[in-house]
Amino acid sequence: MNAAGSTGAAVPADRSWYEASARARLDGLLDPGSFGELLGPRTRTLSPHLAMLDLPGAFDDGIVVGSGRLAGRAVLVAAQEGAFMGGAVGEVHGAKLAGLLRRACALRPDGVLLLPDSGGVRLHEANAGLIALSEIIHGLLAVRAAGIPVLALIGGSNGAFGGMGIAARCCDHVIMSEEGRLALSGPEVIETVRGVEEFDARDRALVWRTTGGKHRYLLGEADALVADGIGAFRTAALAALAADDAHRADDLDALTAAHAALVRRSARYGACRDGLEIWRAQGIAEPERLPLLDAPDFLAAVAGRDA
Amino acid sequence: MENLQYEFAGQRVVATPPAHALVGVVASGNLEVMIEPAALGGRMQVQITTAAGGFGAVWEAVLRDFNGRHPLADVRISINDVGATPAVVSLRLDQAVEAFEGGPA
Repeated sequence: MNAAGSTGAAVPADRSWYEASARARLDGLLDPGSFGELLGPRTRTLSPHLAMLDLPGAFDDGIVVGSGRLAGRAVLVAAQEGAFMGGAVGEVHGAKLAGLLRRACALRPDGVLLLPDSGGVRLHEANAGLIALSEIIHGLLAVRAAGIPVLALIGGSNGAFGGMGIAARCCDHVIMSEEGRLALSGPEVIETVRGVEEFDARDRALVWRTTGGKHRYLLGEADALVADGIGAFRTAALAALAADDAHRADDLDALTAAHAALVRRSARYGACRDGLEIWRAQGIAEPERLPLLDAPDFLAAVAGRDA
Repeated sequence: MENLQYEFAGQRVVATPPAHALVGVVASGNLEVMIEPAALGGRMQVQITTAAGGFGAVWEAVLRDFNGRHPLADVRISINDVGATPAVVSLRLDQAVEAFEGGPA
């Protein structure tokens, strides 16, 4: 155990990302012993709002932030603990992440890694959480404008929803596992607002066909789809940093091309009711088998698609 | 929500303790346990914040058992709990001691 608060225990590379805690994910992702936590649990920076509502807080308010090394490269990292209040963003939680992004602009690390596992804003302190998310998104764009790549690694049980879904898509690179989910409104929210005819939130397969990692990869919103292992996320994060070194697609041309792609996508898939219909329209043979394939077979099966 | 505090006699001093050890998570039926070195004249102090009020006697019994297994001296143990059962609390406490003493987390 090092002084910074990580357990320091060796985390096997095939350990499930989905099942790991925020701290275990960082332990396995970063070079052993390299993690240094900021505002760690000993500082007892708890949410003041939860205490006022008579609810127990967490010593780290559900997010672990700090610095570390990824194959020797200096990175800043933030990992949300999905088991604490659904990884939701409260005032302290959000301030830790927003502060880390400001620190990135000052320190200029080789990259910033976000490990979202969140349903969005914490409703117990929603105004503060919403303001924090606007600061986070502002911070993300400032880090990117400074030429520092920001990566989102999504594979936890809460996925990245609400404001954290927006924040994830403000990153340069999104890496997902099949288990990961990425969207704005969650399935239950859509069903509540629009009715079960619009979206059946109990249909787990449908939820993953519309928000899951494979679908996000096929829509081009995740640039890498990896197996559910901490080592696989580490490998993909290193590859994303290397790709960013070679070519940083953040200029006006890239933005114009992205907008044109969104217009094309809306025209092509706007009437689709299910991910399956989109996969079929992309010319993927037997698209109904895609949810059953493991990551390498899936990537081989979709390699020739018309995206 | 209820705040509780207990103190026990300690016997075993951890020679080179880390700044802290933290295990568990604040989630339903679960708890987080943090152990830190503290100059307490050889005693073990336990501070608890729990969502479930009215279980002081159960906490004291569980902690007395724990203190019997691991009579650590000069440590402060801080707990945030959301209704974990006594068995879960005991396991987390043992896990925290393992992490504090440098064993596998």
